[in-house]
Amino acid sequence: MENIINVNKLTYKYEKENVLEDIHFSVPRGAFLGLVGPNGSGKSTLLKIILGLLKLQKGEVELFGTAIEQFKDWHRIGFVSQKANSFNSGFPATVYEVVSSGLTKKVGLFKRHKEEDKEKIRAAIDSVGLTEKIGSNIGELSGGQQQRVFIARALVSDPDLLILDEPTVGVDAKNVQSFYEMLTELNQDRGITLILVTHDIGTITDKVTHVACLNKHMHFHGDTEEFEKQNMSDLYGHDVQVLMHEHDQHHHHHHVHHHGGENR
Amino acid sequence: MIEAIFKYEFLQNAFLTGAIIGIIAPLLGVYIVVRRLSLIADALSHVTLAGIAASLLLEKRLLFTTGLNPIYLGMTFSVIGSLFIEKLRTVYKHYQELAIPIILSSGIGLGVIFISLADGFNTDLYSYLFGSVSAVSRTDLVIIIIISVIVVAFITLLYKELFLLSFDEEHAKASGIAVKSLHFFFIVLVALVIAASMRIVGILLVSSLMTLPVAASIRIAKGFKQTILLSMVFGEVSVLGGLTISYYLDLAPGGTIVVIAVLILILVILLKKMYQWKHEVRE
Repeated sequence: MENIINVNKLTYKYEKENVLEDIHFSVPRGAFLGLVGPNGSGKSTLLKIILGLLKLQKGEVELFGTAIEQFKDWHRIGFVSQKANSFNSGFPATVYEVVSSGLTKKVGLFKRHKEEDKEKIRAAIDSVGLTEKIGSNIGELSGGQQQRVFIARALVSDPDLLILDEPTVGVDAKNVQSFYEMLTELNQDRGITLILVTHDIGTITDKVTHVACLNKHMHFHGDTEEFEKQNMSDLYGHDVQVLMHEHDQHHHHHHVHHHGGENR
Repeated sequence: MIEAIFKYEFLQNAFLTGAIIGIIAPLLGVYIVVRRLSLIADALSHVTLAGIAASLLLEKRLLFTTGLNPIYLGMTFSVIGSLFIEKLRTVYKHYQELAIPIILSSGIGLGVIFISLADGFNTDLYSYLFGSVSAVSRTDLVIIIIISVIVVAFITLLYKELFLLSFDEEHAKASGIAVKSLHFFFIVLVALVIAASMRIVGILLVSSLMTLPVAASIRIAKGFKQTILLSMVFGEVSVLGGLTISYYLDLAPGGTIVVIAVLILILVILLKKMYQWKHEVRE
């Protein structure tokens, strides 16, 4: 199957310390990948590199088959950042205005939104269930609703890949379930490839199709079934850090084994 | 008053200039406020002062520059100041706000030196500090018209991009927008508008015309477009009201304009409080 992302031999350092070391991983089209790792494991750095916010230092990254240095179709990638929870909530913008900003690049410089763009904006807002709030200032919404606004903003440009960085932080427990249902729907019905970044592995294994564990190195990378076969189930409830540690011993095994499978 | 405007060219200049500034200062001000850059306007206005003082000094010491409109050097200083602020913000990555006091005090420092070299205060300088109705020349008016055309074109053509930059800089970067150049042009425009506005409101009060109307509109507006529209309305009311009152009562226009803007702000805050209170009672 075609890979949307290919990462090869990626190493990245801040100052002198390696944050990412020799990362290999790939995301097949249509996957729902859970990227798991404790705080400081390099998850955000990896994301920033994939999103083109940090320059490649060593290694290769391919997006949709194009080397990232040449990649131009950024609108194909939607991103919902962790910062979505800590934006300036006093900013005077309506839900509609925030979602419309997701089309900025696609509509193009000096151009205004056409009727079909407006239609897309309304559809994106509808798909996250916020039509009622379309004219409200974003600051008046609850944390979970704000997060949905940011997802709608990412969806409005019809991305093939949607990356979510800790999207359920600040969403209350009773809404988390419906939030994941929405994601599954996007993945299965609309065929959007998803990468969900989280430090909490327990809540996602039954939702995602693939898992990648990161802590400077990529410790495991494969589909969920395989992940569970590796006798990981007894580790649920443990600290993620512990999980990573235990993985360390098998690191090479998983890695090599899996990667061969992925590119077949 | 209407009659006087038709009669005297200086009044036409002042009112037309004021009417334009009343719109473009709050227009840029919205972006300044939501991007939390309010103090940059202050820093730049003080740098403009240094430019004005330098121009007045040159005029006094070197006869050949007589007649050169001080607004040119004011604008030059202001733009250079804006570039320094940007440079300093990258030098002090973790203390970005430090760039503002550095530039602000450099501006005052230079300004004061130039003033003392030119043998102190005179009426010219006074009118630059606090604004003046009679000091606005045709040249000033023409410069302001040109600047306002650039500002309005910039904001209408790049509305989407500027909104995204203001709301979420990281996302703007991620979606491939030339954030740096956009910000650069924006700051240069702010510098130009500040230099252009000081004839009417005065250097010390320019920044308030960029922030006070926005502070009021942000309390009650729904959405960004409405915030911009209301800010321009509040700005325009302040300027035209202030100029009229200052003409009749012979007051410094800058101060009158700013006091009206403050009154609008207070009124809006009170009305909003009353509205919320009424709402709570009903529920």
